[in-house]
Amino acid sequence: MSDNLLRPSTAQKQFTAKAVQSLRKRKAINSLMVGLIIAAAVIATIPLIVITGYLLKFGAGSVKWHFFTNLPAPVGETGGGMSNAIIGTVILIGIASLFGLPIGIGAGLYLAEHKGTTLANTVRFLSDVLNGLPSIVMGIFAWEFLVRPVHHFSAWAGGVALGAMMIPMVARTTEEMVTIVPVSLREAALALGYARWRTSLTIVLRTASAGIVTGALVAIARIAGETAPLLFTALGNQFFSTSLNQPIAALPLQIFTYATSPYEDQNAQAWAGALVLIALIFLISLIARFATRGQFTGTGGD
Amino acid sequence: MGSSQEPVATNLQVTVKATAAAEAATKAAGTALAVEGLSAFFGSAEAVRSVSMEVPNQRVTAIIGASGSGKSTLLRCFNRMHETVPLGRVKGRVALQGQDIYGKGVNPIEVRKKIGMVFQRPTPFPTMSIRDNVSAGLRVKKMKHTSQRIAEIVERALKRAALWEEVKDRLKDPATGLSGGQQQRLCIARALATEPEVLLLDEPTASLDPISTQKVEELVYELRGDMTIVIVTHNMQQAARVSDRTAFMLNGELVEYAPTGKLFTTPTDHRTEAYITGRFG
Repeated sequence: MSDNLLRPSTAQKQFTAKAVQSLRKRKAINSLMVGLIIAAAVIATIPLIVITGYLLKFGAGSVKWHFFTNLPAPVGETGGGMSNAIIGTVILIGIASLFGLPIGIGAGLYLAEHKGTTLANTVRFLSDVLNGLPSIVMGIFAWEFLVRPVHHFSAWAGGVALGAMMIPMVARTTEEMVTIVPVSLREAALALGYARWRTSLTIVLRTASAGIVTGALVAIARIAGETAPLLFTALGNQFFSTSLNQPIAALPLQIFTYATSPYEDQNAQAWAGALVLIALIFLISLIARFATRGQFTGTGGD
Repeated sequence: MGSSQEPVATNLQVTVKATAAAEAATKAAGTALAVEGLSAFFGSAEAVRSVSMEVPNQRVTAIIGASGSGKSTLLRCFNRMHETVPLGRVKGRVALQGQDIYGKGVNPIEVRKKIGMVFQRPTPFPTMSIRDNVSAGLRVKKMKHTSQRIAEIVERALKRAALWEEVKDRLKDPATGLSGGQQQRLCIARALATEPEVLLLDEPTASLDPISTQKVEELVYELRGDMTIVIVTHNMQQAARVSDRTAFMLNGELVEYAPTGKLFTTPTDHRTEAYITGRFG
């Protein structure tokens, strides 16, 4: 009896052989799938690597000290720079953030805290539409309302156009980040005698702050490189200007002008401008990360 | 904790006598919360059905019952938390020291400052340090505390919650770095810091290991006499260990409410008996 039990029958042998075969097949499929997603992950980063490589190759040679300190030089002269465009872009980003971040974060908080209301559903739908709006259309609208009535281009108009583009992006990320803050945390705050507004601002928003900062950075990075909305609003400026009521230079505009210019010298400057623009975005990301690093994050305890 | 556990099966008569004496003392302590005809709804579903009971002053009252019996909902009516959930609605009266907390013009925020609550899962605020978590409730009380005073309150609250020794050297560390049991005691410290009159505990040990559970139970037993405590629990042994009175809930109704020793030894309702002897639930 025990002999029979120990010795596998033919049927058992066949079953084992099948199981081993099936296991091999499953392992092979597993390896194939893992290989595919690794490939996808690598391919996803290739554009950034290639672009950065290109920018370094063509642009690094023109990034000299005078590039940061000098104004654009007339064609034929050397030693020109983009100091006005760098400052201009920083100013435009500043106006856009001052305008877009508070409204975007506030709207996102409303969307998350008042889910299901007609107003929230409408705002969410419209902000998705706004998010898909071509940026050149945004530029035309800003021109219609901020440039045409005052009869001149201005930094204000450009900043507001960019800020309006940020609002839906920031609102939707804020909504998502606030939504994942556990209900138990809100209840804990309410049970301590926090009013609802205080719970939203000091507990919910703070808990979600790391995610909101990331969302804000993505939005800033997106608008920092926008050219179309600035064509009709900030216009660009060959001279140094920090006046918010005057046309102002911006890196994307300068890159656009120089990249399409027939002069090789200006083409090289466009590459350098692109490199500086990317570096600027990188720097903003680093500063914001550093500034929020001291805060505790995560939703532990669950 | 063993000392507080009544020898249930061995000497019934002694237990009954001791219970009677304890109940007389409990009665003499007066009433903290007087509940009258309290019903709680989720939309049209009635989760708590016309409950009336008196929660004694500075004693521990346990609410037991199966899942879905409405015991947590009842507890959440005691500090007006039930109405914060969508479609949550309350009918009836809950008087704290004679004042109806559902009365006209009563601000629920003021109620919650007097009646603290600790939840089933530890809920430390993840963006705050241990110290800031404990003092979180102080900020909404309308008093200006000096940082010296806040440090004192934090220390006292942590000591009462039996957590001080474990965290005194890392008050500035994030609260999320603590273990689950420590986090729960931190939440108790946070609730104690504002000196509430009543402390509501909603299954405070449900997500804790046995050692942490024991610590929380000891704590509850020590706080008895200082403040009124209402504890909801799944665990009948826990109710027997820590409470003076026990309420048994079934399908939203308060089936029996009696001195703990009596409820567990000589229940009057057959449903209570069936539940505590493990025939259902």
